[in-house]
Amino acid sequence: MGQWQPIATIAADVQAGRVTARSIVEQSLKTIAKRSDYNAVIATLEERALSRADTIDALVGSGASAGRLAGVPFIAKDNFLVFGAETTAASNILKGFAAPYQATAIERLEAEGAICVAKANLDAFAHGSSTENSDFMTTKNPRDMTRVPGGSSGGSAAAVVLEMAPFALGTDTGGSIRLPASYCGAVGYKPTYGLVSRSGVVAMASSTDVIGPLAASVADCALVIDVMAGRDSLDGTSIENDPLGYADVTPALTGKKVGVIKEYMAEGVTAPILGIINQAINAMADAGAEIIELSLPSLPTALAVYYILCPAEVSSNLGRYDGQRFGYSFQEADTLETSYKQSRSRGFGKEAKRRIMIGTYVLSSGYYDAYYKKAQTVRTKLINEFNAALQEADFLVGPTAPDVAFKIGENIDDPLKMYLTDILTVAANLVGVPSISIPAGAVDGLPVGLQIMAAQRADRELLSFANGVEELLA
Amino acid sequence: MINPDVKAQYTTTIGIECHVQLKTNTKLFSAVSNDAREAPANTLVSHIDFGLPGALPVLNQEALHLAVKAAFALGTEPERFSKFDRKHYFYPDLPKGYQISQFDEPIIGKGSITVQVDGQSKVVGITRAHMEEDAGKSTHPAGADYSMVDLNRAGTPLLEIVSEPDMHSSAEAKAYAYELYLRMRYADVSEANLYYGNMRFDVNVSVSKTEELGTRSETKNLNSFKSVEKAVDYEVERQIALLEKGEKVVQETRGWNDDKQSTFSQRSKENADDYRYMPDPDIPPIVLDEAYIADIKAAMPLLPDDYRAKFAAIDIDNKVVADILAVPESAQLVSRVLDAAGPEHARRIAFWLMLNSVTDPEAPTATSQTQVPDEQLIKLSQLVSGNKLSSTAAKEVLAELQAKGGDAEAIAADQNLLQESDEAAIAAIVAQVLQTNDKAAEDIKNGEMKAIGFIVGQVMKQSQGKANPALAQQLIKKQLGI
Repeated sequence: MGQWQPIATIAADVQAGRVTARSIVEQSLKTIAKRSDYNAVIATLEERALSRADTIDALVGSGASAGRLAGVPFIAKDNFLVFGAETTAASNILKGFAAPYQATAIERLEAEGAICVAKANLDAFAHGSSTENSDFMTTKNPRDMTRVPGGSSGGSAAAVVLEMAPFALGTDTGGSIRLPASYCGAVGYKPTYGLVSRSGVVAMASSTDVIGPLAASVADCALVIDVMAGRDSLDGTSIENDPLGYADVTPALTGKKVGVIKEYMAEGVTAPILGIINQAINAMADAGAEIIELSLPSLPTALAVYYILCPAEVSSNLGRYDGQRFGYSFQEADTLETSYKQSRSRGFGKEAKRRIMIGTYVLSSGYYDAYYKKAQTVRTKLINEFNAALQEADFLVGPTAPDVAFKIGENIDDPLKMYLTDILTVAANLVGVPSISIPAGAVDGLPVGLQIMAAQRADRELLSFANGVEELLA
Repeated sequence: MINPDVKAQYTTTIGIECHVQLKTNTKLFSAVSNDAREAPANTLVSHIDFGLPGALPVLNQEALHLAVKAAFALGTEPERFSKFDRKHYFYPDLPKGYQISQFDEPIIGKGSITVQVDGQSKVVGITRAHMEEDAGKSTHPAGADYSMVDLNRAGTPLLEIVSEPDMHSSAEAKAYAYELYLRMRYADVSEANLYYGNMRFDVNVSVSKTEELGTRSETKNLNSFKSVEKAVDYEVERQIALLEKGEKVVQETRGWNDDKQSTFSQRSKENADDYRYMPDPDIPPIVLDEAYIADIKAAMPLLPDDYRAKFAAIDIDNKVVADILAVPESAQLVSRVLDAAGPEHARRIAFWLMLNSVTDPEAPTATSQTQVPDEQLIKLSQLVSGNKLSSTAAKEVLAELQAKGGDAEAIAADQNLLQESDEAAIAAIVAQVLQTNDKAAEDIKNGEMKAIGFIVGQVMKQSQGKANPALAQQLIKKQLGI
């Protein structure tokens, strides 16, 4: 690969004094500046990053341990609160908002010596699949500047592929890590729901929001997860981590049961992509995995369920952006009601408003049972089907996306078509299972991701398996 | 005033919602102090209470514990499964755009409590009780073109107790409110300080001449038992007057003006608000296991009904019981005395406590009761039982014990209050007094019993107040042969 060693190697080199954290951070900042025309990054945290690098170098100089990620630069999607840094979620309504506290994920990474160098672009409030919904700019796909990087963590995926930093953080509510990983050719990991604390991350849909890394390899993702995972007293939905940790990803393929989901290999997925995925499945079989075909009959309803529950939660979570305490506030209002209406009308972008409208509608009295409640019922059904399938198979595989990255502007006026790009990823969010997208090939030079899912809390097993598959496909 | 005959044709129906502030150290969902009484505005506010982006609520386990205790105090058990929901509306003192509450699966389901109305017992049903967070406090300075918001109170844990519409008079409403107050204090669930708004009552009142319920009004935020009573009285009068004029009662929210002793219209409720309730995905449902519930149940303190039964069994007067129950420490003391020294002393000490009780639940700090150690109280009571101290003198000693502490008998001795109960010694004094007051002695023999009081007084004087007056009277009669 390119300029970055594996994360563990970078940290070891910094700790051993073979290289300074400052020089690594400078290298990262330089790359960000050089490739700024891709619009991957909203802001760099140069001063903060260099000062932290010097602290790390001083620690190393004094002979102290500087942590397992000593001097490793990373880029956080701009919906992570980083203490003192502007956090916008790529929305006008949060422009100028300096975070007075920071995300637990950032806290844990920094405690191990990692250094946040920049904030990545995204679809505003993570609403979207292309970064075109960013209120500021559209990120360009590193493989083809006329195409989208996927979303909503498009800035993070592009930044990793553009080698701006060894890894980036994303959030995945319906596919927002895995889709851009697939479109840009990175590894993107969505852990089990609750494995990484959501505290300090701008909420999209709380019941499916998950935090995870994007990086060049499964091993790098695993190390980052290992540092971030585990229960947090600031997030009631966070869960205990695996006592064995996640960093050891010794490949394990032989004897593993791999379920190929019929509904994932169906129409809507392009033929070249099906070809690439089938090739990968054959390679797994050759390596000793047992391939079985499974069906998840409710899977075709997953997208509909998601686009009821997600807007419902979005409409609720965005209530706090009311122009009264922080963020954009319309100053010419002469009544409270005008202040509310104008602050929100002017502050929110089109997609946020669309989701607020849909969410408000499905939660309204008289419609709640027909939409929200019914969607929850189907979600439960989906969970049961997944649980049953994961009794039969250790892992479920399929493509991450039905097609390769689309052209910028191609879907912008067709929200339904835009939503369909999430069709293969949303189920894992609704069910809460871990899911990873790894590069499996390319169609006309555009990357194609293979998606692998496992049972809830089987993150360690999934990462080991994915590492094995990654080796096979290399 | 409505003619009582007209009034008698109407049935009043009352239901009460009561917000009780749980006595936790920290807020319901954040690790910030819950005691906003004296804090400057907006100093007890974390990123969670402020509703910052990324802030998540985490349930305070102490609040849950107190809610489970409250379930037992309300004559029921906690629900094994309950959950939190979001109630959406926009207001500047509601930072998140929603209040976290419990909608359809509250922590406490149906229960009932017995309340005391003018010496009679009445059962009032509890519909449900749920946990929720309080909002902040808005103030609107007169004449200003701005409002102010203090978020110190935002996130304070509340238990909202909803009654069945089982009450039919202001006296019953007041008695119910008072009984809730007692139970929350005895269960140690709330400071229950009405002055600081630890308990607030919303009363729903309707009147009707038929079986069918009338249109109700809801008078909100009453913070004293008296205002509960007065607001009900006012609403009953107002609603009957409207109906008698052929007008309609409007379903609405009303406020209480304490200066004018009247309610006033706040907003119409004809178009029901749509709060778009939704399960809160940030807070996992509460699933209680049996061991957790059993532990709390086993550790429950005695409740007012337990004390009532205990005191009734030893014939303590109802009025005295009601009085000492007003202060949990007093009831606990009498109960301890009963266990340690028996009913006679328990009755006497209960009476003393009643005389001393000056507790006003609506005062900023409820007056604390006697700090006198149990054994000194019992000793004092024993002096009275042994005729060594008159009841009057005992009260003097009690006052001294309360003021300065010390030993009951030593104080009585110091103050020369111990009675002479040596029959021979008193008999000698009686003989002497009768001799020097032969006119009075003669009157007594002739049946003028009021003269006996005069002789007793003389005996007391001679004995410097130490003679036991009852004994003196006996001896006077004996010596006069009557």
